[in-house]
Amino acid sequence: MTDTVNRPSLAELLDRMAGLEREALPAIAAAADPEELERLRIRYLGRTAGLLSGVSGSLGLLPAGDRPAAGAAFARATAAIRARLDERAAAVAATRRAAAPPLDLTMPGRAVWQGGRHPVTVVIDEVAAIFRELGFTIALGPEAESEWYNFTALNFPPDHPALDLHDTLYLESGALLRTHTSPVQVRTLQAYPPPVRVLVPGNAYRRDFFDASHAPMFVQIEGLAIDEGVSFVDLKATLTHFARRFFGAARTRFRPSFFPFTEPSAEMDVECRICGGAGCRTCKLTGWTEILGCGMVHPAVLRSAGVDAERYTGWAFGMGPARVAQQRYDIPDIRELYDSDVRVLAALAR
Amino acid sequence: MNASVHWLSAFVDTGLSPRALRELLTARVATVDAVERVRIDLAGIVVARVVEAARHPDSDHLWVTRVDAGGPELLDVVCGAPNVTAGARYPFAPVGTTMPNGLAIERRKIRGRLSNGMLCSARELGLGTDHEGIMPLSVDAPPGTPLLDAMPIGDTRLVVDVLPNRPDLLSHLGLARELAAATGRPLRDPSIPGAPAPSAVVPSVTWAAGSAPAAGVRVTVEDPGDCPAFLGAVVRGVRIGPSPEWLVGRLATVGVRSVNNVVDVTNYMLHGYGQPMHAYDLRRLAGGEVRVRRARAGESIRTLDGSDRRLDPSMIVIADAERAQGIAGVIGGRESEISADTTDLFLEAASFAPGRVRAARRALGISTDASYRFERLVPAVSPAETCQVALRLLVALAGGEVAPPVALVGRRPERPAPITLRSRRVAQVLGVPIPAGESATLLRTIGFEATPAQDTIAVVFPWWRTDARTEIDLVEEVARLRGYDSVPDELRPYRLGTVPDDPLVARSAALRELLVGRGFLEIRPMPFVGPGAGATVRVTNPLADTESYLRPDLLVSLARRAEFNLARLEGNLRLFEIGTAFRAVTGSERPHEETRVAALCMGARRPPHFTEPEPPSWDEWDAKALAHDVAGVARPGVRVELAPDGGNGTLWRVLAGEGEADGAGAREEIGRVVRVSLDAPPWAAPAFGVEITVAATPSAPVAPPGEQAFAAPIAPPARGAGPRYRAQPSQPPVRVDVTLLVPDDVSAGAIERRLRASGDTVLERVELVSEYRGVSIPAGHRSLTWRLTFRHGERSLREKEVEARRDKLLRALESELGVRHRTT
Repeated sequence: MTDTVNRPSLAELLDRMAGLEREALPAIAAAADPEELERLRIRYLGRTAGLLSGVSGSLGLLPAGDRPAAGAAFARATAAIRARLDERAAAVAATRRAAAPPLDLTMPGRAVWQGGRHPVTVVIDEVAAIFRELGFTIALGPEAESEWYNFTALNFPPDHPALDLHDTLYLESGALLRTHTSPVQVRTLQAYPPPVRVLVPGNAYRRDFFDASHAPMFVQIEGLAIDEGVSFVDLKATLTHFARRFFGAARTRFRPSFFPFTEPSAEMDVECRICGGAGCRTCKLTGWTEILGCGMVHPAVLRSAGVDAERYTGWAFGMGPARVAQQRYDIPDIRELYDSDVRVLAALAR
Repeated sequence: MNASVHWLSAFVDTGLSPRALRELLTARVATVDAVERVRIDLAGIVVARVVEAARHPDSDHLWVTRVDAGGPELLDVVCGAPNVTAGARYPFAPVGTTMPNGLAIERRKIRGRLSNGMLCSARELGLGTDHEGIMPLSVDAPPGTPLLDAMPIGDTRLVVDVLPNRPDLLSHLGLARELAAATGRPLRDPSIPGAPAPSAVVPSVTWAAGSAPAAGVRVTVEDPGDCPAFLGAVVRGVRIGPSPEWLVGRLATVGVRSVNNVVDVTNYMLHGYGQPMHAYDLRRLAGGEVRVRRARAGESIRTLDGSDRRLDPSMIVIADAERAQGIAGVIGGRESEISADTTDLFLEAASFAPGRVRAARRALGISTDASYRFERLVPAVSPAETCQVALRLLVALAGGEVAPPVALVGRRPERPAPITLRSRRVAQVLGVPIPAGESATLLRTIGFEATPAQDTIAVVFPWWRTDARTEIDLVEEVARLRGYDSVPDELRPYRLGTVPDDPLVARSAALRELLVGRGFLEIRPMPFVGPGAGATVRVTNPLADTESYLRPDLLVSLARRAEFNLARLEGNLRLFEIGTAFRAVTGSERPHEETRVAALCMGARRPPHFTEPEPPSWDEWDAKALAHDVAGVARPGVRVELAPDGGNGTLWRVLAGEGEADGAGAREEIGRVVRVSLDAPPWAAPAFGVEITVAATPSAPVAPPGEQAFAAPIAPPARGAGPRYRAQPSQPPVRVDVTLLVPDDVSAGAIERRLRASGDTVLERVELVSEYRGVSIPAGHRSLTWRLTFRHGERSLREKEVEARRDKLLRALESELGVRHRTT
């Protein structure tokens, strides 16, 4: 007898569920605020004390044949109540929104601080991206160098006027602060066999007073390509391609120059973007903007690095991204790039 | 190098405008930095036509004219010149012009008649001495044309950037030689008006080693290494006076003031032929002797600029029998200077050791046009090659006679051996085949002797080319003479390189991305600091004491930049840098270098908003989390922990690697989090800094000089490093807050470690959510609340089960750490 009391029949259970549903739906429809809806959710669907959950505990007591029908009915009832709760919650929220004072949508959004890369980094990254397309990887080297890597290996004759262009800062230990990134040419060629195609961004130092156009430390980007059969044609082609991509320059020109570590040596100019080549104050009436120095790597440099200079040839270039950044962003004084005024940096980072 | 267009055209008639010369020189020879009109003071003068000219009614010598100066109306101009003629053209200074003498032209009344400008005489324009009348112009230029455009007036200066490898371009002859080659026009010797024939002036000059007489003066060179060639000539009976206008004009264009005819000749030789010369007053040379020797210790000289200079034995001097009369290659002496009453002179043309001249110039701190050229090497042949011209010019301008013999002390340089230029090499370097015949022809245009054989050319450098004499120099000459434009710029196939990306590149980029995303601005300051603060790498020749060391860390730079911003009243700062820190290494030439990342933050965490007018400031906890994140990116895949450190402004030391929390084990200190002390105004918020070492720069040279040390093959990235996918459970979590009464000697870290070490696999997360001290908390204690998240991977957790796990944890905490559960 106790058995029959504790074991509800399928009909009873279905009846109880239908009853609960009949009771719940009007209550939900009448609920006016989210708190009331939450109470109703707990009352009917709550995991431990919910009324429907209570019914579910009895499902297991049914004869096995009845359980699928009862389970389906239970699922339908909970789904119906849950759907009605969600529906009502949305309606209540909408009513609340309608009742609330309207948002002034012209008011500003909640901002976060904007960070940014340094303008020189931006230029380095863009230059690197273009050279990466052409198979270049990036090599780095130390900023404090030996005389040998900075000058001797790069074919600087001792005590030569060419050194006047490289006024050098020396360290107490006998090392020097590299005056260009070119020592990395030699370091790279010593460490890896040709073919070599690398780009070398890095700091370089000269004993220049800090003024509107000079700084004792500056960033240089060096490029180096060495292999059998690499010629002046490749130099011109690669750098012209770079100039077109980077500056959108229609025209470039290569004019003779001199660096101890390249021969033939050249400077590459691009058509002045201010005047389009007509000549203006920015380009000192030349119609051209000087961009980089370049040349065929001198055989003496290859020999310094232990590379067979008869078999291998190649080219190198060096450019100053600060100069490019100055032109791009109209920065009149190079010191701005070092001062780190956050207002300037933030404005340039946009 | 300043070049006069007139002077150049005396050597070669290119028929090119200054602008075209600039283009040509820049493309083929050396860059022309500027083209400057020398008579820019005449810029305001225009060509005007006198339409009518009538006598001034109230004057017997003035004219009233109507002038067409190109404007819409004719101008009334009063003129006092007797030669004014209607219909003729004259130079005209409109109202507002400033004349070469500084006079400003204004509208004014002259004897009652208004005058709108001035018709000019040659003298008023500095174009001659004629002031008898205004200057009639025989040009057809329309009225209003600038005079400088209408007339070949004045000269144009080309500022040529001659680089150290081409000292032969430091003269008009050198530039003209290149222009002749580039244009195909002949190079010629400028005529010297009134000069005697060469044979009449200079007796034949022969080389003599060590010593030779020059008309009674014994010329001796003590060390031929100091002075490979010294030519001395005595000229008697000169008359010192002014130089002719053409000479004054040419020198003026290149920026040299005329002194007198003799000195001007020496300067003419320097700028015209690249051979510095010096003339001594023969009377002042004691003992009939000229001696090229080292200065004696303690010797001094008063130089031409009037300074007394102390010499030392590293310097070469030109001395008479008694004392130094000039510093070789640098500057002459005051005592033997040419003066108005000089009648006999000793002319010096020499070649000095470049290194000696350079050292003397540096030691004395004077740079002259002569020292500039000697430093870049004046060839030993040059004195003999140029003395003819100099002596003829001298005799033509100052009279007198060259007294034989002329001394030439030194050894005749040997004819340089031919260099072989292989056509194969030319093609290899330039990328285009150039026939040997074409290369040879190009080289000959600028004075090389070139003898082509089949695929090679035997090339002898001309004496004036002192740059390195190797095959590659000849390849450059061929490319340059042919024009760099002639080389195509087609992209050709290439092989990929063997060099892997430096690992720092990707690491730095990731750090930038992180910090920029957090609202930080990158800076690139200079790494110089003053002494102190741990700096160990000293710069021996700094520009300032505040820059006499390289920084030991990056935060010092960030701090200075923060102060810079604070001084500009900007206190919300988020700065970062990826840069190098330096540390001296005993016994090593090169210091240890580390690439580090550092960030500094202070002020508002967010920009103000109407919902939050005063956003909170950055604090320790922001810095701690930032350090953790930065370290995680700087050292990917490595466990990072921040160890508290109360000392010296440091809040935490950043430790990397596996190991015990108490510091035992293989852990590396890779950085720190600090409270940055700044020179800051009172309103500034506290500043926090994070600095993490990313990697050390290798400090050993990779190979001995001239050798290769190919690196080991590139290792592929290790498997297992980096994060891996983990399926996330879909079972519901159960969250429980536990509030503990914690004695002050127990750290939150210890509790949290104990919680995590419980081995409870269902405890998913442990978060500290509150700290409280106050009324209900006993002294020496605080209340800390952790939120524990439990989740079972496969099933829902029952409440009882969760409670049991929580209670077990609480018991462990109580027994091991003396921490009691606090129930409210």
